[in-house]
Amino acid sequence: MPAPIRLRELIRTIRTARTQAEEREMIQKECAAIRSSFREEDNTYRCRNVAKLLYMHMLGYPAHFGQLECLKLIASQKFTDKRIGYLGAMLLLDERQDVHLLMTNCIKNDLNHSTQYVQGLALCTLGCMGSSEMCRDLAGEVEKLLKTSNSYLRKKAALCAVHVIRKVPELMEMFLPATKNLLSEKNHGVLHTSVVLLTEMCERSPDMLAHFRKLVPQLVRILKNLIMSGYSPEHDVSGISDPFLQVRILRLLRILGRSDDDSSEAMNDILAQVATNTETSKNVGNAILYETVLTIMDIKSESGLRVLAINILGRFLLNNDKNIRYVALTSLLKTVQTDHNAVQRHRSTIVDCLKDLDVSIKRRAMELSFALVNGNNIRGMMKELLYFLDSCDPEFKADCASGVFLAAEKYAPSKRWHIDTIMRVLTTAGSYVRDDSVPNLIQLITNSVEMHAYTVQRLYKALLDDISQQPLVQVASWCIGEYGDLLVSGQCEEEEPIQDEVLDVLEGLLVSNLSTPVTRGYSLTAIMKLSTRFTSVNRIKKVVSIYGSTSLILYCCNDPISSWISFNFHLTECPLSVCQTFQLQLLSPSSNVVPALNQGTVTQVIRVLNPQKQQLRMRIKLTYTLKGSPVQDLAEVNNFPPQSWQ
Amino acid sequence: MQFMLLFSRQGKLRLQKWYVPLSDKERKKISRDLVQTILARKPKMCSFLEWRDLKIVYKRYASLYFCCAVEDQDNELITLEIIHRYVELLDKYFGSVCELDIIFNFEKAYFILDEFLLGGEAQETSKKNVLKAIEQADLLQEFNIGTFKEIKIFLLGEI
Repeated sequence: MPAPIRLRELIRTIRTARTQAEEREMIQKECAAIRSSFREEDNTYRCRNVAKLLYMHMLGYPAHFGQLECLKLIASQKFTDKRIGYLGAMLLLDERQDVHLLMTNCIKNDLNHSTQYVQGLALCTLGCMGSSEMCRDLAGEVEKLLKTSNSYLRKKAALCAVHVIRKVPELMEMFLPATKNLLSEKNHGVLHTSVVLLTEMCERSPDMLAHFRKLVPQLVRILKNLIMSGYSPEHDVSGISDPFLQVRILRLLRILGRSDDDSSEAMNDILAQVATNTETSKNVGNAILYETVLTIMDIKSESGLRVLAINILGRFLLNNDKNIRYVALTSLLKTVQTDHNAVQRHRSTIVDCLKDLDVSIKRRAMELSFALVNGNNIRGMMKELLYFLDSCDPEFKADCASGVFLAAEKYAPSKRWHIDTIMRVLTTAGSYVRDDSVPNLIQLITNSVEMHAYTVQRLYKALLDDISQQPLVQVASWCIGEYGDLLVSGQCEEEEPIQDEVLDVLEGLLVSNLSTPVTRGYSLTAIMKLSTRFTSVNRIKKVVSIYGSTSLILYCCNDPISSWISFNFHLTECPLSVCQTFQLQLLSPSSNVVPALNQGTVTQVIRVLNPQKQQLRMRIKLTYTLKGSPVQDLAEVNNFPPQSWQ
Repeated sequence: MQFMLLFSRQGKLRLQKWYVPLSDKERKKISRDLVQTILARKPKMCSFLEWRDLKIVYKRYASLYFCCAVEDQDNELITLEIIHRYVELLDKYFGSVCELDIIFNFEKAYFILDEFLLGGEAQETSKKNVLKAIEQADLLQEFNIGTFKEIKIFLLGEI
């Protein structure tokens, strides 16, 4: 039997395939050869075969039949075999498979191997993919290696311990003694991984956190040495000494200083030093500054230091590097609540970022802009945000529209400005506005009594231009139904339409295929309401008789004299010759709150004017939230006593 | 770090290192979707994005994309440095590395990564030390002898 082809040979061959089918054929052929080789328990070429299998796996082909072979390789005494075996295990196995547990014994042996590179393989594999059971079994071995003087193994053991703790948090205690002298190490690899281990322990346990607070002076010293020391070629990155270690120390300091005044004070000076002395021309310096800012903002730092941090972020916003701008906006978003005034100073730069080309930067700038809106800057900010709404990508429009409505509600300088702003949103981004904004807007308009005429006129004009944006059409229809008399009566500043023109527009909505059923409901309801306000009643009767089976939409206003509940109301079928008109009046409900646990009821009187004595039917739709999830309930009432309508 | 992916401009995976437990099927789906998302991004865009509930950091070096998924509290800027350090290691090891080196020697690319990162965190911050470890492990493999002590004897002629 000829020797199986070499790995590189196979790679070369597969790459000559010109089609997917050709490649698949080659792979199948090779897999068959590999399978028979496995069956023959060939020790010599197992390593080569598994390596080839791993290549094919990376191309997307199944390789599960090689899982057990990886275990055999791991158990072999040859270093080559172990190297590929462990690699295969990490690629082909995951902790959900039973096979993976069979590795435990091999790993245990290899953790105690006489060659550090074999021990290294075992530590790496355990630290990358060890399951909880494996971690439980092998934690003792890892702990032992954490105490060794061999820095090559010690650094790996530290990270392996991190993984063990993540998988089995109860085991954290057993690593505590071994952490005693970790920070006295000179070796940067050990220092770095030790800091990671300490960070993990402090994040998981308040007791550990309290215990390790005493390390703050030592950490400060190490950081100081890194900054003050001269050029160290081994750890230098663009003139900065071991930025990776610096960043991890800063992160650990953050956790230790959080909610602790003494620790925060002890690190104050070094933070100021890093913040002012770090070179900012390259990404690596900015990475350290970024971590420093995060730490300053999270611990109990004095206000001078906080302002320094925010100013660093402000400078970041002006950096040419978009990555730097991105992290600046992210950080500012986190601190805008606590350091509002300091962030306000950078408002104009933030608003400029709305014009950035990058989607993520735009999104953050938008969120931050909304967070910065207040009573003083509302007019200016809203101008920018509305401009943004006009030109932004569709994915932003819904959020931006909601944000504008919220901000307008909180800080509107005048009712007219408020209505104008709403109009602007409805006309520029009307189709992206959320469903619940329609009833909210209707409520708002109802409450602005002096603006009714102005509002209905503007909405009517908007309808003349565009009937495609449903939320706009719905709000406009509702307003026309309510305030149609103001629209035609000359109360508006502009030339007023006549009744028939208005009815034309509303009827147009009923027939247009741009209108959704809900929109049709709104426009029909509006037409019906106009029967009490307009004089062209015959025309209205005709329209209603044609569209009689459409649902009506009625809304609740906090008007003490009459209140309306939102529900769908179906008209019964009617012969074309007879008009179907109801008039409804709902009086105030007995209460606004339905008592819990069946302890009471709410009643509401509905007065119905039913001149044609048509049978009454009522459909009720209840929508409410239960434990945060929306619920909808439908009910029909068909058994009104005949006396109520005959 | 949750995982690192290397892929070409045509979307072919060249290396995948996973530090979180996921089934093969889940890994395939994530890789496929994420690769498509990144390839669709324009050159002028940020190196960072939020994808599903992950923070993604990626950078293109010649024809290869290096892409990492990191945790919420991880520093994106230093992750760029981690990626850069890995590229430097590959460059030093292969001598002016190119995509073909990674294709034909993928197992070595993994070995180098495993000497630099462990469980998703950097285990060694000195370039020199990582390369030295790889060099010595390669020697061990070359001679395929059980212990390193024996190699020393062989090379240095000690008794």
